Amino acid sequence: MSGVGLTASASAMADALAAGEVTSVELTQAHLDRIAAVDGDVHAYLHVNAAALEAAAAADARRAAGDGVHPLTGVPIAIKDVLCTIDMPSTAGSKILEGWVPPYDATTVARVRAAGMVPLGKTNMDEFAMGSSTEYSAWGPTHNPWDLERIPGGSGGGSAAAVAAFEAPIALGSDTGGSIRQPGAVTGTVGVKPTYGGVSRYGAIALASSLDQVGPVTRTVLDAGLLHDVIGGHDPRDSTSIPDAWPSFAEAARAGTREGSVKGLRIGVVEEMSREEQGFQPGVLQRFRESLELLERQGAELVEVNAPHFRYAIAAYYLILPAEASSNLAKFDSVRFGMRVTPPGGGTVEEVMAATREAGFGPEVKRRVILGTYALSAGYYDAYYGSAQKVRTLIQRDFGSAFERCDVLATPSAPTTAFKIGEKVDDPLAMYLNDLTTIPANLAGVPGISLPSGLAPEDGLPVGIQFMAPARQDARLYTVGAALEQALVDAWGGPLLNRAPVLA
Amino acid sequence: MVRHLASLALIGLDEQEVERLTGQLGAIVDAVATVSEVATPDVPATSHPIPLGTVTREDVPGATLTPEQALAGAPERDGDFFKVSSILGEEQ
Repeated sequence: MSGVGLTASASAMADALAAGEVTSVELTQAHLDRIAAVDGDVHAYLHVNAAALEAAAAADARRAAGDGVHPLTGVPIAIKDVLCTIDMPSTAGSKILEGWVPPYDATTVARVRAAGMVPLGKTNMDEFAMGSSTEYSAWGPTHNPWDLERIPGGSGGGSAAAVAAFEAPIALGSDTGGSIRQPGAVTGTVGVKPTYGGVSRYGAIALASSLDQVGPVTRTVLDAGLLHDVIGGHDPRDSTSIPDAWPSFAEAARAGTREGSVKGLRIGVVEEMSREEQGFQPGVLQRFRESLELLERQGAELVEVNAPHFRYAIAAYYLILPAEASSNLAKFDSVRFGMRVTPPGGGTVEEVMAATREAGFGPEVKRRVILGTYALSAGYYDAYYGSAQKVRTLIQRDFGSAFERCDVLATPSAPTTAFKIGEKVDDPLAMYLNDLTTIPANLAGVPGISLPSGLAPEDGLPVGIQFMAPARQDARLYTVGAALEQALVDAWGGPLLNRAPVLA
Repeated sequence: MVRHLASLALIGLDEQEVERLTGQLGAIVDAVATVSEVATPDVPATSHPIPLGTVTREDVPGATLTPEQALAGAPERDGDFFKVSSILGEEQ
């Protein structure tokens, strides 16, 4: 392939396509070759699109005709398996949906196709997005391209690993408690959870409807902005979709690379998420502080803020999420789609459902559905689910008072770097702590971005920094993110992923 | 308790699973119960992150699935119907 390499950003690939230096067919074939070469080790994909080259040829024809060309026309993209695709199986990482091909596309998928992007395939994930390591996928774990014995984060470990391993330039993810941002942190990539309602959830297989949000998984902040511009905006098919007009997030990212873009920006450092004794690895905190110093040198102002209720966020989340999930997953009942298991000798429809769900759901899904059933049951509802909803109010108030004193909030994206596969899989409470820093944004509906802030000195693995903004102010994240990314890449002498080990 | 909840959730469990889940769920419930420390009566509950009014649309037909599309993923069908086993057991 001439013109542009596999390690280029999606926007550089788009430029090369526009300049006629490469075709989408060449670019797509190069990615399919890369998948064939390394995905045996990484296992980022559950399904590779057999029609990818046809879509690429159509994109080339569209560019040749100059007809309805979008900036990302012809750029290949990976799609998290939680999103419905009319031409590819959509299992959400679960055996209960093995081989299921939905009768419609998710809105985000439809918008990506309408822009002329080329779906490469479906990426691995924790079953129904329940997990922080992709180990709870029914189809086996994804491996972190930085160290194949380690987890790529979760639930969207497949999308993050595909982008980090150059098996896709850009991907779609979903984030209910950190499933875009935490995998971004541990794989050295960029991920954005938009404002709740900023991107349509139509056709995203629901985990927790008041928390789920679809967003971009990329290697650069600008690429995330470009994809957000494609997938975002009002969708009448999602009743929680915000009808407002949105600014261009690609423009917000470009603005961040200009001189003085963060001058006077007030960055709130959350005191409750900034010290070792709060569960943070030393190298994570070191890179976090260095990133903040870089921004300070460019004129940003650091403000210490308190968010006293953030420490209750995980507890509230693990009541609200299981409650909503137990309801959402009731539809997997062996009647309209998915697996059916009939007990020996037959059985009533309820016995068939119970046998199906016993065989079709993995351990984490069973844990959370049963926990949610408990939290919602009469006599316990007020103490658990009702209290969790009150904590949600308190966390929103913490954000509200913090944003009176600053424009964006900063925390590490995850408390540690990538851990070893198998290390926490049998200890649910230890696993839940991985989303310590990301869950508050989901509970409050505010947007968050994670971008690489370096490698932890103690283990040489990627570390991420998270910024959060008030609801609807996603553009601020792209501006501060792009400003920091530019300063860091200058300091490193190239993108962080250049330092990842060579695969295959 | 776990067995009862699993039956409400229509999830079959074997003996080993019941035993493992009893321990794990006990620890998780203890951990999440900390929400009651700050959830005092004066705090209102929030169910939805971004308040929106009731969303309605014009009462006009939109795109719908054909019976064939709707039935394409069904484990079992009979003509244009989803087919299931008996609703009631023999003793009922």
